[in-house]
Amino acid sequence: MFGWEFPPHILGGLGTASYGLTKGMHENGDMDITFVIPKPYGDEEKGFAKIIGANCVPVVYREVFSDYVEKRIGNVMDPQLYYDLRSHIYGDFRYINVNDLGCIEFSGRYPDNLLEEINNYSIVAGVIARTVDCDIIHSHDWLTYPAGIHAKQVTGKPLVIHVHATDFDRSRGNVNPTVFAIEKDGMEHADHIITVSNLTRQTVIEKYGINPAKVTTVHNAVQPLSQELRSIEVQKPKEKVVTFLGRITMQKGPEYFVEAAAKVLQKKHNVRFVMAGSGDMMEKMIRLVADRDIADRFHFTGFLKGRQVYEMLKASDVYIMPSVSEPFGISPLEAMQMGVPSIISKQSGCAEILTNVIKTDYWDIDAMADAIYSIITYPAMYKHLRESGLAEIDTIQWKKAGAKVIDIYKKTINHSF
Amino acid sequence: MKSICFYFQIHQPFRLRTYRFFDIGNDHYYYDDFMNDDIVSRIAQRSYLPANETIKEMINTYGKKFKVAFSISGTALEQFEQFVPEFIDSMKELVATGCVEFLSETYAHSLSSLSDPEEFRQQVAAHDEKIQQLFGVTPKVFRNTELIYSDDIASMVYAMGFKGMIADGAKHILGWKSPNYLYSSVSAPKLKLLLKNSHFSDDISFRFSNSEWNEYPLTADKFINWINGLPQEEQIVNLFMNYETLGELQPRESGIFEFLKAIPRFAFENDVNFITPSEAISKLKPVAQLSVPTPMSWADEARDTSAWLGNNLQNEAFHKLYSIAERVRLCEDRKLKQDWYYLQASDHFYYMCTKHFNDGSVHSHYSPYDTPFAAFTNYMNVLSDFIVRVEEQYPLSIENEELNALLTTIRNQSQEISELNKEVDMLRNNLIHEDKEEKEAAKPKAPAKKKPAAKKTDK
Repeated sequence: MFGWEFPPHILGGLGTASYGLTKGMHENGDMDITFVIPKPYGDEEKGFAKIIGANCVPVVYREVFSDYVEKRIGNVMDPQLYYDLRSHIYGDFRYINVNDLGCIEFSGRYPDNLLEEINNYSIVAGVIARTVDCDIIHSHDWLTYPAGIHAKQVTGKPLVIHVHATDFDRSRGNVNPTVFAIEKDGMEHADHIITVSNLTRQTVIEKYGINPAKVTTVHNAVQPLSQELRSIEVQKPKEKVVTFLGRITMQKGPEYFVEAAAKVLQKKHNVRFVMAGSGDMMEKMIRLVADRDIADRFHFTGFLKGRQVYEMLKASDVYIMPSVSEPFGISPLEAMQMGVPSIISKQSGCAEILTNVIKTDYWDIDAMADAIYSIITYPAMYKHLRESGLAEIDTIQWKKAGAKVIDIYKKTINHSF
Repeated sequence: MKSICFYFQIHQPFRLRTYRFFDIGNDHYYYDDFMNDDIVSRIAQRSYLPANETIKEMINTYGKKFKVAFSISGTALEQFEQFVPEFIDSMKELVATGCVEFLSETYAHSLSSLSDPEEFRQQVAAHDEKIQQLFGVTPKVFRNTELIYSDDIASMVYAMGFKGMIADGAKHILGWKSPNYLYSSVSAPKLKLLLKNSHFSDDISFRFSNSEWNEYPLTADKFINWINGLPQEEQIVNLFMNYETLGELQPRESGIFEFLKAIPRFAFENDVNFITPSEAISKLKPVAQLSVPTPMSWADEARDTSAWLGNNLQNEAFHKLYSIAERVRLCEDRKLKQDWYYLQASDHFYYMCTKHFNDGSVHSHYSPYDTPFAAFTNYMNVLSDFIVRVEEQYPLSIENEELNALLTTIRNQSQEISELNKEVDMLRNNLIHEDKEEKEAAKPKAPAKKKPAAKKTDK
């Protein structure tokens, strides 16, 4: 498997989903998974998959002693694997900037030279493909498609790509031609494509012109909460709290949340609105809040991570995700786990599988405001969504999603031989 | 000799418009006239009107030996008057044949029998008055909303003077007993019960056009043979269904009208006749008493009231609504009373049902909302506005008893004033009369004229 993010060092939903799915597949048994990520930190969970860091894979031959390797990268990789990989270097990559181990440095984030990093990742994939034996190759999201294609060409094994998002979701239609080309290339080379929702499946078929027969939807799921997170206690404010949690970007529709908040505040006073997260539209949102004259009731927290997210959710009475286009959206599932009633846009992939949430169109500010009002005003609504939501979320498990993916593997392997 | 008792239910609620919370306190009109008009007119054209024609033809053909009963809710009647008045005329023609009986029910097709006996009584009276006013007949047999029945309800119904009531032949109540007899209530032994034969009724209303059913196609011949094949002692088969079954649930193309038309012919050949509910309760003798401690209905597999009051949302809305019942009854604002009835329709609660969330089917089929949550939010917004209006009439800070006492005082005073006025008038007339007499006798005296005014101030 090729991925870009892996918990606990994540920037978005991709890492959470890759991790959950891998773990879910492992629970189904009989799987030997190698997961490649650009830059491991050593604190990743390793029980269910062997993690290889792309920044520990040599692409230029360097004579180094075992002790030195152990000292440098021992926390993330076994030195023996380093030597195995070193003996599979397949070309002259001395023109690339490498370190003393002959490895390429990766940021593991989304830097400005992202395309270069993607390319380097694909070079590394060639080395790994020659070293590690596998039956199938699985690439998570467009950043790793070139690596997947490369590995497929090297090994001749079938390639499955996992579409967590497309550029159409990220850009509201103004696609970046380079990204589009990489995505389309990946889809065309793939033996099978997994999408996280029917919405995304439709985009793949219609916008990228892919044969529907090779596109299957496997909805995401959610990890059960740990006891620690479940027992978080926070001091709740006296007022009701309505929370938006996510990147403040065009894709997430933050302006609709502000407008809906303004409507609710015309009628209700004992309520506060929170926009948690950061992003390129944050300043614009702060200005919009000031324009609507609701700044005394509308708060920005900045980027939240780890435990802070759950503390925020625990303090909330309503969670809202007005995304304009959301391939799946795991965060409402997490809100439901914390017992927070959720409002999501119909344009979100998770709307396809959730029933005990309120769904509105992202542009329908009136309906959204009405839903917020309903949950904070009528106790039965809050209680029902909370309780049924908790019950529902227990049935959405990664293990089931993992079983579906394994099924797709089997079909793909049988098909390509 | 066996009898078939046909009873058709006609009900339409006033569906609510999309009512946002910012309308609360600002806009007091709650109904989606366009949708109501559209739905009622469509169903009337496809079902009610052609079905009425068919039944009229059957009555004419078989010389009044074919009989049916109807129960039409008050809210449905109001919508017919407004949107399809020709249906009221068509009904009047049916009534004129003398082969049609009307049943009594709550005006608003409400669930009041489950929570508010006083409201229940008032609505039944309002409904019977409406039937009397439109069709000139008074219902004698009672049918509760969605055939909701329990021992408590039976006592109330009997106390209102009804001799018979219609209920569902639910399996968990009947056990091994057959619905094809007359029963009586354990709480009011003189109240006779007609039980729906679910098997035969559903053959028509749900399975008739289902080509996967192993008995498909159902013919009148086959159907009457089944009824005729029942044990000799079983006297009555109660076929109760929604009137939309004819033409809407089972579309005209399925041959439902022809099926209905052919039933009497085969029935009479096999010595099966037709009977109305009131004839049934006077002719037949009850075979046993039924005890129903918890309310049952004719809805869903469970045959209980969970379709309307099965989840938190429904219960909250229901209790909020009836918490102001007493207060509304003290009000005299006509518009308020009207909304009060419309908001009680059981349908509003049905739309909030989450039981069949996943397979959707029956519930969502009838619902104008996408989800039960939307139904709840919309209804609660409307109800909030309604409560605001009730409060405007009389502030909630005054207790009901206190308010009642004050209102009684006001009423008594106004009664006293009008009585005194009458007395004044009478005295004035007497004086004028005396004046005239005096005039005739002698010349009038000036001070006499002032006398009435003096009298007024005295009082």
